[in-house]
Formats: sequence, structure tokens, C-alpha cells
Amino acid sequence: MIWLTLLLVLLVLAALWASMTTALLRATLGLALTSALLSVVMFALGATLAAVVELSVCAGLISVVLVSVTSLTQPRSLKEAVEARKNRLHRFWPLPLVLLGAGVALSFVRVPVDIILRLPAGDGDVRTVLWSMRQLDLFGQILILLAGVFGVLVLFRKEAK
Amino acid sequence: MTIVIPQSFWLYFTFFALLLIDGLWCMLATRNLVRVLIGIEILMKSVTFFLIVAGYLSGRMALAQALVITVIVIEVVVVVVVAGVILGFFRKRDSLDVRNTRDMKG
Repeated sequence: MIWLTLLLVLLVLAALWASMTTALLRATLGLALTSALLSVVMFALGATLAAVVELSVCAGLISVVLVSVTSLTQPRSLKEAVEARKNRLHRFWPLPLVLLGAGVALSFVRVPVDIILRLPAGDGDVRTVLWSMRQLDLFGQILILLAGVFGVLVLFRKEAK
Repeated sequence: MTIVIPQSFWLYFTFFALLLIDGLWCMLATRNLVRVLIGIEILMKSVTFFLIVAGYLSGRMALAQALVITVIVIEVVVVVVVAGVILGFFRKRDSLDVRNTRDMKG
């Protein structure tokens, strides 16, 4: 339990770094680190298949997309960078304090009643659930992936002459 | 089947809430469109984490994993489409500042 708590602390710290760091590439790296740590947490909780998908897709593919977007935009001038850094510090310095305060407050708060879930009995293999019980989800996923293909077309679209 | 959630739920809930606050702050406080996308991603991570915790505590891990895989597919598509929109905006306005979106025709 202690090492899992440690992993969760690292997960929040990586997410905090991703949101607070000035450079976009470093923020992308922070997000990839967050995904990697989340996949380790998933693996520790027994969600092995989801952990593999999270690691390969979120830590890999999404990082590549974000790095591509960053590289296709222009860098700031030195003056703009100094100004942006000053403004960012002004807007983001309360975030670690808010997270620390919320963490301490939530670690003491306990709702006095137990939360009770009423669920139907039985849970099969993830492949059975995915392919046999969630067919409508799969149909939706295919449609969403097609929307993603159009997204890629937009991403690499050239202006008409 | 009735399941009483154990005390460890509050530990997981605390970290879920912290990730949620982090993602929301990142989305709301930034003026860079790419960083808004990073904020959305952090929010998605918190939701993914909580789905897995729900599956772990209720013993319905297979269902939770199926839902998480669905969420990840949607997440990728959202990132790609929003990235395309951001690049389109950059080509039009030569800027990634959120404030420059206010005077768009829509």
C-alpha cells in the first residue's frame, strides 16, 4: 500500500509539472510521464490490458501528436518568452498550494456512511466483456476512430491555392 | 451483490480529486491552446484512474477495463481533432493565444 501511495504522489507531481512548466515540450514530457505512471498504477491494481493500452497509446501516440503540433508552430521571441514566463508564474503559483491544501483536507474528511454499490453478480474476462457484452461501445468506437481519421486529414491539410 | 467500499477508497478519491483540480487549473489558468489540450488530457487521466479504482474496489475489473479502453480511444480522437483545430487556428492567426479566439466570426 505504501509503494502504491508513493506512485500516486509521483503521478500527481508529474501532472503538476506538466501543467506548471513553461516549455511546451517539457509539458508534453510531463504528460507522457503521467501516463506512464498511471499505467504502472493500473498494472498494480490488476488492470493489465488497460495499462498496456494506456502506456502505448497515451504515453506514446498522444505525445507524438503533441510534439508534432508544437513543432509545427513558431517559437516565441525572447521578449514574448520573458513576458509569458512572468505571467505564467503569476497565474500558476497558487496551484501547488491549492493541491497541498486539498490533499491535506481530503485526507482528513471522511463521510460517515459507507458507500454501497449494488451490482449484478459475476464479472468475466475483459475480452469477453469487450467483444460480447459491449458491442454497441465497439460500434461507437469505430465511428469515433473514423472521426479521428478526418482529424488527421485536418492536421496535415494544405491551404488550397 | 452488495459491496461495501473499504476505507482505501478515500485514499484513491483524494488523488483523483488532486488530478482533477490540476487539470481544471491547467485548462482555466493558461492562455496557450496546446496547454488547454494538456489540461484536458490531465482531466482524462483522472477519470481513467477513477474508473480503474471503481473496478478494483467493486471487483468488476473486466468491465472497468473495457470502459477505460473506450475512454482511451475517445481520448486519442479528441487530441487529434483538437490538435488539428489548434493548427488551423495558428495558420489563420499566427498565434496560440486563447484570447485571440474571442473575435472569431464563429
